[in-house]
Amino acid sequence: MTTVERLDNINPLVFEKAENRITTDSDWDDLIYDPFDAREIFDLIRNINDPEHPLSLEELNVVEESKCEVDDSNSDVSVLFTPTIPHCSMASLIGLSIKLQLLRTLPSRFKVTVKITPGTHASEEAVNKQLADKERVAAALENPHLLQVINRCLNPKLRNRS
Amino acid sequence: MRKQITYFLLSLQQGKNNKMSVTDAAILEGHNDKVWHVAWHPNGKTLASCSSDKTIRIWAKEGEKWVCKTVLDDGHTRTIRSVSWSPCGKYMASASFDATGHENEIKSVAWSSSGSFLATCSRDKSVWVWGVGEDQEYECLSVIPSHTQDVKKVVFHPNENILVSASYDNTINVYKEDYDDDWSVVETLEGHQSTVWSIAFNSRGDRLASCSDDATVRIWQRYLPGNKEGITTKGDNPTWKCVCTLSGLHNRTIYDISWCNLTDDIATACGDDYIRIFREHKNSQGEPIFDLILSVPEAHSEDVNTVSWNPVVPGILASGSDDGTVKIWDFSVLS
Repeated sequence: MTTVERLDNINPLVFEKAENRITTDSDWDDLIYDPFDAREIFDLIRNINDPEHPLSLEELNVVEESKCEVDDSNSDVSVLFTPTIPHCSMASLIGLSIKLQLLRTLPSRFKVTVKITPGTHASEEAVNKQLADKERVAAALENPHLLQVINRCLNPKLRNRS
Repeated sequence: MRKQITYFLLSLQQGKNNKMSVTDAAILEGHNDKVWHVAWHPNGKTLASCSSDKTIRIWAKEGEKWVCKTVLDDGHTRTIRSVSWSPCGKYMASASFDATGHENEIKSVAWSSSGSFLATCSRDKSVWVWGVGEDQEYECLSVIPSHTQDVKKVVFHPNENILVSASYDNTINVYKEDYDDDWSVVETLEGHQSTVWSIAFNSRGDRLASCSDDATVRIWQRYLPGNKEGITTKGDNPTWKCVCTLSGLHNRTIYDISWCNLTDDIATACGDDYIRIFREHKNSQGEPIFDLILSVPEAHSEDVNTVSWNPVVPGILASGSDDGTVKIWDFSVLS
C-alpha cells in the first residue's frame, strides 16, 4: 500500500460502534413485506473504510443512523455525512464511496441523495453539487485509479491484501 | 411489447379534465447500461442511441416492429454521451468521455444546420467549433473557454450560424461567428439556480427552452435591435430574455428538453422518471404561457435522460433512460 504523505486529520476521535440489528420473527417471514428502513441504509454504509485511517465511517462518526433517511414507497434514500474536519480534502471521495455503495446494493428504483451535513465542511455546496451530478459521478467511476481507491474503501479486505 | 395505458390528460380547455388513451411506447432493448442520448436521422426513419455500454445502436422499423439494425462498438473506450446526425444524414458524430482533443470528458456534439460546422463541449470548460471541409475534413476553428465549469450541451440555431451552450456554472452562452471564422460569446443568459442540462430551439429560432437541475424550464425570447417591445439590445446583436419559467411541475433534475419543429410542443426528460409535454396557451398574449398537457409517470423505470421529437412524423417521441431502454412513443393523439 502506498504511504499517505500527509494525513488531513492526524488524530481523529473514535466513536463506539452500534450493536447489531436485533431481528424479529416477522423479519424472517417472507410473506411480510419489509420496507427499507433507516437502519438498513446505515448497515449498508457503516463499514465503509475511511480513505485515510484503518477505521470505518461509523467509528469516525462520519455516518450515523439518525442521518440516514428512507422513503420506501417513494423509492427515496437520503444520507448526510459529516467530514471529521471542515477542510477534509477527502470529502468528495467519501461521498462518492457512500453513493456508489448505495447504488450497488439498493434496488435500481431508488433515487439516492448523498450530501454533507449542513455546516460541517468549507466546500459543502460544491461537494454536494458534484455528488448530485450523475454525469460527473459516472465519469469519475470510469477512472480506473479512482475506482480502485473507492473499492478499497468499500471492501477493507482488498485494502489489507494490497 | 405494446400495451394500452390510459393516462390522465389535463384538459386543453381550462377547467375541464378529459381522460384520454395514449398508446404506450415501443420498447427497444439491447443496451446493457444507461442510455444517455437519442438522435433521429433527418429522414425520421432511423434513430441512433448511445450508452455507458460504449456502443451506439441504430434502430429502424421492420414492418410494424422497431429493431436494432447495427451496433457500433469499436469507436469509443468509455461512455458515449451524445450523438448527432449531419443535416444531410450521411454522417454521424459521437461524443465520449474518452475525450479526443479536449482535455477531458466530452459531453455533447452538434452539427450546424448548414452542415459546415460542428461544435463540441467538455468538462474542460471549453466549447470547440470545427469547420467541416468538403471531404469531411475537420479543422478546429475556435477554442472558446466560455464557461467557469463543465459544459453540458451545445446546440446550433435551426437556420443561422448561432451556437448556444449550457453549463454546470448555471448559465447559457450564445455565440456568433465573427467575420474571420472565429466564434465568440455575444451574450450570457443567467437565471437558472443550478446546472443547465439541456437547451432546445423552436423551429423559427426565435425562442430557446432550457432545463436545469433546479427543476425548472425557462423559455427565452429573442429580441432584435429596434424591437417594438423596447427591449434594450447591444450594438447590432439581438438579445435573449427569459419570458416564462415553468416551476413546481418537475420533482427532480430535468436532463433533457426537445422542442418539436412540427407541433411546437415541448417534451422534457426528468430524473423523477416522468416524461412531460407542454404546449403554449393559445390565448397567451405578451409573455407566453405554457400548459402542462400530459404527464407520463414511470415513463421509464429509472431516470429519463433524453427525449427527442421525430423531425418528420408529428407526435412521435423517442426517449432513453438509466434503465437501459429506448422507447418510442406515439403522442399524435394529442394534436
